[in-house]
Amino acid sequence: MADETRTIKTDYLARVEGEGGMLIRLKGGEIEEVKLNIFEPPRFFEAFLRGRYFTEAPDITARICGICPVAYQTAAINSMESICGVKVEPEIKELRRLLYCGEWIESHALHIYMLHAPDFLGYPSAIEIAADAPEIVETALRLKKIGNHVMTVVGGREIHPINVKVGGFYKAPGKAELEAMVPDLEWALETSLETVKWASTLDFPDFEMDYEFAALDAGGVYPIEGGERFVSNRGLDIPIDEFYEHVVEEHAKYANALQGHLKERGSYLVGPLARYALWYDLLSDEAKAAAEGIGLPKVVTNPFKSILVRAVELVEVCVEALRLIREYEQPAEASLEVVPKAGAACGASEAPRGTLCHRYEIDDKGIILDATITPPTAQNQPQIEADLRGFVGQFMDLSNEELTLRCEQAIRNYDPCISCATHFLNLEIERT
Amino acid sequence: MADLPTIAIWKFSSCDGCQLTLLDCEDELLGILGRVQIAYFPEATRAEIEGPWDVSLVEGSVTTPEEAERIKEIREKSGLVVAIGACATAGGIQALRNFANVKEYASIVYPHPEYLETLATSTPHSDHIKIDLELQGCPISKAQLVDALLAVLSGRRPNVPTGAVCVECKRRETPCVQVLGTPCLGPVTQAGCGAICPSYARGCYGCFGPKESPNTVSLAKRWSEMGASEGTLLRAFRTFNANKPAFREESARHG
Repeated sequence: MADETRTIKTDYLARVEGEGGMLIRLKGGEIEEVKLNIFEPPRFFEAFLRGRYFTEAPDITARICGICPVAYQTAAINSMESICGVKVEPEIKELRRLLYCGEWIESHALHIYMLHAPDFLGYPSAIEIAADAPEIVETALRLKKIGNHVMTVVGGREIHPINVKVGGFYKAPGKAELEAMVPDLEWALETSLETVKWASTLDFPDFEMDYEFAALDAGGVYPIEGGERFVSNRGLDIPIDEFYEHVVEEHAKYANALQGHLKERGSYLVGPLARYALWYDLLSDEAKAAAEGIGLPKVVTNPFKSILVRAVELVEVCVEALRLIREYEQPAEASLEVVPKAGAACGASEAPRGTLCHRYEIDDKGIILDATITPPTAQNQPQIEADLRGFVGQFMDLSNEELTLRCEQAIRNYDPCISCATHFLNLEIERT
Repeated sequence: MADLPTIAIWKFSSCDGCQLTLLDCEDELLGILGRVQIAYFPEATRAEIEGPWDVSLVEGSVTTPEEAERIKEIREKSGLVVAIGACATAGGIQALRNFANVKEYASIVYPHPEYLETLATSTPHSDHIKIDLELQGCPISKAQLVDALLAVLSGRRPNVPTGAVCVECKRRETPCVQVLGTPCLGPVTQAGCGAICPSYARGCYGCFGPKESPNTVSLAKRWSEMGASEGTLLRAFRTFNANKPAFREESARHG
């Protein structure tokens, strides 16, 4: 036993977005190696953005990810508007938040029910769940559809919306168009409250980690479509423009993704667990009551319980979408004219899976000179590996098969988006 | 169950948006799943059925030596191969590398470009194998995907629209945005999206790629008269379908 090698591996991790795998090598009961392999091929966005016109960045970077295009569009827009010194009207900002609520509803519903739930229920996918418990999959699909519908009404279509631009929107929807979505969103709110209760009945491994949680500070509201500062529970509090002075990206040989670390501090976590821990007080009464109703503490450090936090956030964005529609007034002008100015700035937004930061430099003709994009999964990758080390260390007695399944689940806790992070997964566990 | 046709869904270099389109068919998905066996779809399931498969849906473009090999194996083991989306049918946005030096690109993005295995070009699957059906679009249209799947399952011809986006604008009664002063790629772009952009007061940006025999020269001339610079024209034809011959050639006239 002392010299036995165990390899726990998954060559192609399923139910995540993009291509990656896992390798864990154990020798004599010690963890030798933990790797997330990212073989999603590089597409070189940051290179071909050079020479493009600044207003093209939202539509081009949307194509980094089909699951969170609004996150990319919004971060690019925030950056460009910051460079050009433009501040949009509150109505425009609120409409962006509504579009983004649609993306969170779609993405969280997809992940909770179709990507993460099969791990808890012991199915390979939602397809088999549909055979035994069709109501679960029907619920997921209807929730997803409502999120997609919000994106379609506000953004023109759900994947790669066409209506957003630097300065605002091509066309602002009328109030009646938005109000037509209220009955569906009321159903989504009721269903998301039920989702929180249902998720609380799942079994969670007894596993806690000590995290540095980081998220945007949106100045008094739960961070979604932007934020001027990037903060953590351990004292990080920086203007977003200083993001790259504090986050360093490293390139490991086994991954076509750069891994984000905090300088002199190491791994950190972005995403639902972080937003919830940092900004619990800013959640709506409904979302807080849902969390309290299942006894969820204000800080969750069991990463497997991210499904609960994601469900609470689902409640939050349904409440928020309804509020935004109620208070919406169609702006007189759908967009501001934005004149390019030479300069550089960072812009960020909270993708469903965590903080996404873009930095651009443009010249006075509006041509992009330099682009840097740091997706949430790249930032979480070192923390995912740390979770795997912690988990395998604690649960080494499990069979290879069970340990492999649980490690995959530990990765899916993060709703990783590998297409995004490439410039970012293959799961193997080797035991010697 | 065992008699149902098998479908495998493959990812190459892409954003996952076109395969997500299948999961986004919320109203049709359970119905479709009742008529097929999903043999391979890692975005949705860890279960796999070994080939051969009746139908393979292929998303993404060929950008690595491994991908160039894999598509040949998929062809050998598949009854029908359907390429879905701008990446699979044209090379996608990542085909912008075809106009540049990929080594320079790699060194801009990665501290250790030597760790990467990548090809100098991003190419559609039709450059590598025989493709039975192509669905254009970035992303593809849900309605087209559902129709194509039903067509394949019932052995009829799929209703892939031909003609320009202009046809869809007329059908929707959307006033022509170009007549109103906004340059639009609609006249040279394949229909299928439903002419969304003009209905939002925006010019078409060509995400469905060139239609059959597009008159790009004439459209570019009109854009110039409207004040578009050569740089604007170059970039307009060089986006998500940059490597499709008609758009590639037109962009080269402005480079």
